[in-house]
Amino acid sequence: MMNYIWGGIILLSLIVSVFTGRVEQTAAAAVSGAGSAVDLSLSLLGIMCLWTGISKIGEDAGLIRRIAKILTPPIRFVFPRLDPKGKAFGSVVMNIVANLLGMGNAATPLGIKAVGELKRLSPDPGRATDEMCMLVVLNTASLQLIPTTLISLRQSYGAASPGDVIAPIWICEICALVLGIAAAKFLSRRSRT
Amino acid sequence: MEAISIFSVPCFIFLFLIFGFIKRIDVYDSFVSGAGMGLKSAIKIIPSLIGLMTAIAMLRESGCLEMIIRAISPLTELIHMPADIVPLSLLRPLSGSASLALVTDIFQNFGPDSVEGRIASIMMGSTETTFYTIAVYFGSAGIKNIRYTLAAALTADLCGIIMSVVLVQVFGL
Repeated sequence: MMNYIWGGIILLSLIVSVFTGRVEQTAAAAVSGAGSAVDLSLSLLGIMCLWTGISKIGEDAGLIRRIAKILTPPIRFVFPRLDPKGKAFGSVVMNIVANLLGMGNAATPLGIKAVGELKRLSPDPGRATDEMCMLVVLNTASLQLIPTTLISLRQSYGAASPGDVIAPIWICEICALVLGIAAAKFLSRRSRT
Repeated sequence: MEAISIFSVPCFIFLFLIFGFIKRIDVYDSFVSGAGMGLKSAIKIIPSLIGLMTAIAMLRESGCLEMIIRAISPLTELIHMPADIVPLSLLRPLSGSASLALVTDIFQNFGPDSVEGRIASIMMGSTETTFYTIAVYFGSAGIKNIRYTLAAALTADLCGIIMSVVLVQVFGL
């Protein structure tokens, strides 16, 4: 997919630049674009490491497990047919909490583990169960409470208050999440009948 | 509203540290090893960021981006969506690095506190790289038939995209 998008963007830009007479500027942009990518990465490096470091403290202290207990009731509501004492449910909850806390490094392996455990409960191994679909839909919605990379990016471009988008982001996340869950529930009911 | 935004980051750090001390782990050790992991993943995204930021800088300078934006602006004006946001909303579900490159481009051209910059920020923060996530989770488990997953996930993405425009344009957040 990215193969065609990336190649396509560059080829298209080069072709269009001939017609708009901006070949020189386009070539210059290639060089400056590459340079600013490195600048950006370096300016984000510190804050990204700071945040993964803080996350690791929570991870090592077992914070995921602790918050998982608090979040079990709402997650049971989303996964009503999953045994809350089972292994699969445990992995699902841990995956969701790791996502909330922005522990990307921990969330993905936990999610893969959860899908694997859900697969063991499934009669048809090649077909996604409703629980798997729901778990992946939750993971494709952003659950992260603090969008750290974005805030650092805003800061490095001189935003007056880099973190002032957090509250609107939460509103937006909740709306998207609720609609995503509703869509998944609706589509699963429809596919059963 | 503003208080939530200001206090959420320090509260997070406070909570994590206190919890670490209660559990009697070596917080400094954990921090250093975690920061090292962050360093690795930050370095890992540099090559793709170079590729995509180059491509997007070329797209803008060649005049091609402007042509695309002008072509779709009648449609986006209907929902008060600034046309410059459209490329981001199209690439957001496909690639995390590409959308990060686009947000950077918007910040460079309009500033992070402009209408465009705020919509881009909210959109970026409230959505995920849907296609990548689906590929990783189902791919690793060998699931071929993903049924309605993509439809439901894209519904959520669409909601996030529209809401980010509404929150800035209608509610002025």
